[in-house]
Amino acid sequence: MKQYSRLMKLLATFGAIGALGIALHVAPAMAHEELVLDHAPIVEGDKASLQRGAKAFANYCQNCHSAQYLRYSRLTDIGLSEEEIKSNLMFSSEKIGDTMTVALEKADAKAWFGNPPPDLSVEARVRGADWLYSYLRGFYKDSSRPTGWNNTVYHNVGMPHVLYELQGVQEMVGEEGAKSLKIVHPGKLSEAEYNQFTADLVNYLVWMAEPAKATRIQIGVLAIFFCVIAFFITLALKKEFWKDIH
Amino acid sequence: MLLTVSDKPDARVAVAWVEYVMRDVNDGWLIRYMHSTGASMFFVVVYLHMCRGLMYGSYRKPRELVWIIGMAIYLCLMGEAFMGYLLPWGQMSYWGAQVIISLFDAISPPLALWIRGDFVVSDATLNRFFAFHVIALPLVLVGLVLVHIIALHEVGSNNPDGVEIKKHKDPVTHKPLDGINFHPYYTLKDLVGVSVFLGIFSAVVFFAPEMGGYFLEANNFIPADPMKTPPHIAPVWYFTPFYAILRAIPQKQLGVIAMGAAVLIFLALPWLDRGLVKSIRYRGTLYKTAFGMFITAFLILGYMGTQDPNLWYVNPTSQVCTVIYFAFFLLMPIYTRLDKSRQAPDRVTS
Repeated sequence: MKQYSRLMKLLATFGAIGALGIALHVAPAMAHEELVLDHAPIVEGDKASLQRGAKAFANYCQNCHSAQYLRYSRLTDIGLSEEEIKSNLMFSSEKIGDTMTVALEKADAKAWFGNPPPDLSVEARVRGADWLYSYLRGFYKDSSRPTGWNNTVYHNVGMPHVLYELQGVQEMVGEEGAKSLKIVHPGKLSEAEYNQFTADLVNYLVWMAEPAKATRIQIGVLAIFFCVIAFFITLALKKEFWKDIH
Repeated sequence: MLLTVSDKPDARVAVAWVEYVMRDVNDGWLIRYMHSTGASMFFVVVYLHMCRGLMYGSYRKPRELVWIIGMAIYLCLMGEAFMGYLLPWGQMSYWGAQVIISLFDAISPPLALWIRGDFVVSDATLNRFFAFHVIALPLVLVGLVLVHIIALHEVGSNNPDGVEIKKHKDPVTHKPLDGINFHPYYTLKDLVGVSVFLGIFSAVVFFAPEMGGYFLEANNFIPADPMKTPPHIAPVWYFTPFYAILRAIPQKQLGVIAMGAAVLIFLALPWLDRGLVKSIRYRGTLYKTAFGMFITAFLILGYMGTQDPNLWYVNPTSQVCTVIYFAFFLLMPIYTRLDKSRQAPDRVTS
């Protein structure tokens, strides 16, 4: 009985520390305004979505952004055949085992955009899906910027809005303090279609950042199962051997 | 060893190497996550082990040597972790190393230069840290662990009751009357612990290898860039209590000294504690309160070390906790002597 009361005391202490931690965590969020990101509506492992995203990446991003740690052949993981990859997605290289590089020179890129476009292999692990989703939908016209574009998520970004043909042109409208984005020239896609387009692209970026994720989770279930079984067996064994001690 | 087979300690390709292991080496992702999670879990286990030592007075006479060797292991592990953390050559690796080595700058600039092998953290630093991380420090660690166990054998394990099991031996067989054999009793008991640990370990490796950014930080997926300082630099969670102490003190040199003292003061424990009993079970309210405050302060410091120092509450809270942290040690000779402890048992009771 005494041991249980000691356990309860310990749990109460940890509980109090946890509550303090949460309180401290909430306090700063309330104290200063934080960027609100839209939730990215992606379904990880949805192969149709990933394939659409791969297509979008090859067509719109890979002119400037490399994915130098991903080999084209890895796209077979999202259900494409090597023939499909070669004929539809490989514009700049010959071999299926090549990584996704770009012809753009870093020095040129720096002169043109101020900063070379980053490699996007692991970008989703740096920014997170919600950030990318909000960013790709957050471009608006701003004549004060060299490219003519600004972004709500990444202020004064060097990248122009390469998807404006699809999304249309957004402007920042409204009074100071209550500004919002409004599409002034519609693009080829409706708002819902563009949202789906960016979601697919983000889904692909997330997959690309860790292609082994699906395998990881699969093996993980087995590993946990093994450990649970091992726990019960070793516990029974320990009890049996310790019977004569107390 | 498995990781080093394909490793290249070169600043130009270090990041590419990590991603190569993650993608192209068979099950490389598993080896890498086991390594990154293993580093954090090693510290989890070491902190729990030290906490247990504190609670049950395992540093007390006759185990001073065991405790000191243990502290040497802890120091060595800190070096091992710090040097290993530079190797992926991400933004946090680079700037973390820059900050920590600059602490030596505050004490002696030539010393910092000697450690880095350059005027900034560079390829030269990466190469030597690699050598220390994979060979020099692991060898020292293994040696120290061995010595830790040999020293322990001499005096025997402590226990939550604080009974000295080597005090009462069977006059004929010379076996301790209050002890049981390590095998099969402890080998089997530890197997249960191993199963639980591996369960938790697997849960992290397979389902949350980044552990919400505490085990693998988002910033560290960006390749190191000496021209761009990240807005907020923080070490990995296991160093944050000491980092918070460093930041709590406004003057840099004093801060470095306080941080060093915060780690080394553990060495003095066997002589600071004047209590009549070893274990917290038989101590009075004074020690229990002090211990509770210390653990709370340590955890809060750990949290504050991860936070942006510009937030209004970070530095004042860290300062209060730093005072509590040092008070626990420095006032120990007083409160342990005043404390009203109960009589500890001499023999194991049923």
